[in-house]
Amino acid sequence: MASSSSYNSPCAACKFLRRKCMPGCIFAPYFPPEEPQKFANVHKIFGASNVTKLLNDILPHQREDAVNSLAYEAEARVRDPVYGCVGAITFLQRQVDRLQKELDAANADLIRYACNEIPSGLPHMSSIQPITPPQRSIDHYPNRRIGDIDGGGGGGGGFYQSPPSFPYPYANHHQWNPSGSGGNLGGGGGGQGNM
Amino acid sequence: MNRFHKLDKMTSTRCAVCKYFRRRCPPDCIFAPYFPNNDPQKFTCVHRFYGASNIGKMLEEMHVHLRADAVDSLYYEAKCRIQDPVYGCVGIISSLHQQIQIAQSQLAKAQAELSFLDANLAAAEPTPNHSEPLVQPNGVVDHGLDDPLNNWFY
Repeated sequence: MASSSSYNSPCAACKFLRRKCMPGCIFAPYFPPEEPQKFANVHKIFGASNVTKLLNDILPHQREDAVNSLAYEAEARVRDPVYGCVGAITFLQRQVDRLQKELDAANADLIRYACNEIPSGLPHMSSIQPITPPQRSIDHYPNRRIGDIDGGGGGGGGFYQSPPSFPYPYANHHQWNPSGSGGNLGGGGGGQGNM
Repeated sequence: MNRFHKLDKMTSTRCAVCKYFRRRCPPDCIFAPYFPNNDPQKFTCVHRFYGASNIGKMLEEMHVHLRADAVDSLYYEAKCRIQDPVYGCVGIISSLHQQIQIAQSQLAKAQAELSFLDANLAAAEPTPNHSEPLVQPNGVVDHGLDDPLNNWFY
């Protein structure tokens, strides 16, 4: 985290806001002057004062991740003003569902081999084990329309504790490519610790 | 009496936003269709992260028929951020990516195993009976390698 609050290089936030970048500027560690668009997006969607309040409510060692996630959301919202990140969630959720169905079908075939419904030509079938499907954690946002604010729990456990009472994202949204220039999550980090 | 009647009418028809700001709710209030007064939490939630002014600007910049979805998605993201102040809904995206990777890997493994079983099944199928000569597509009867008429070794 490079501090940009020296007298001759204001951080991107202070540059955008046309103010003096003071030592201890809360934005300086996270909005370097080389990335002006990052703050521009965040400011457009959230506003500087809301970001300040949010950062003040978070522990210092978590602020970098928080800013990066806000930048990601802001960029998503700039690209897609109607759905923002929710579009990406819908798209990815559909992929998970599709893969789950394919895995279930493959497991069903393996079970048929194991039960000798399909002769395999192998002498011993006990070694065939269906592949355990991944734990259904996220799924599941309950499968309801947006607007049902009391949607009930969507199942917990697994890698991520799904937020309770969140309605299922839009069913008819177009695909959104989550990879972008800012805050790129790539192929998925190792849980929430990596961004 | 008229004054109180008017006051009642104003307060009962105010949207959640105008009620929050304790102001008159005009007939063309941009927020009114999406923030009904019987759901104050919806606005307080989105206002906490986006601010009324930003929400108003966003709504003004899009077609009317898209605004309801936009407000709902903002509400969803705001709730995610309340639940997880550090990552918000980006944490969900990250976890979905992870789930996809795992599912793809497991699917590849299952399909590889099925391919192996299918190959074994094909290999275990009985070969054609040698007493029944094969008829080739050109009509020539093939008695196999044991046929003394077959000069394959030449």
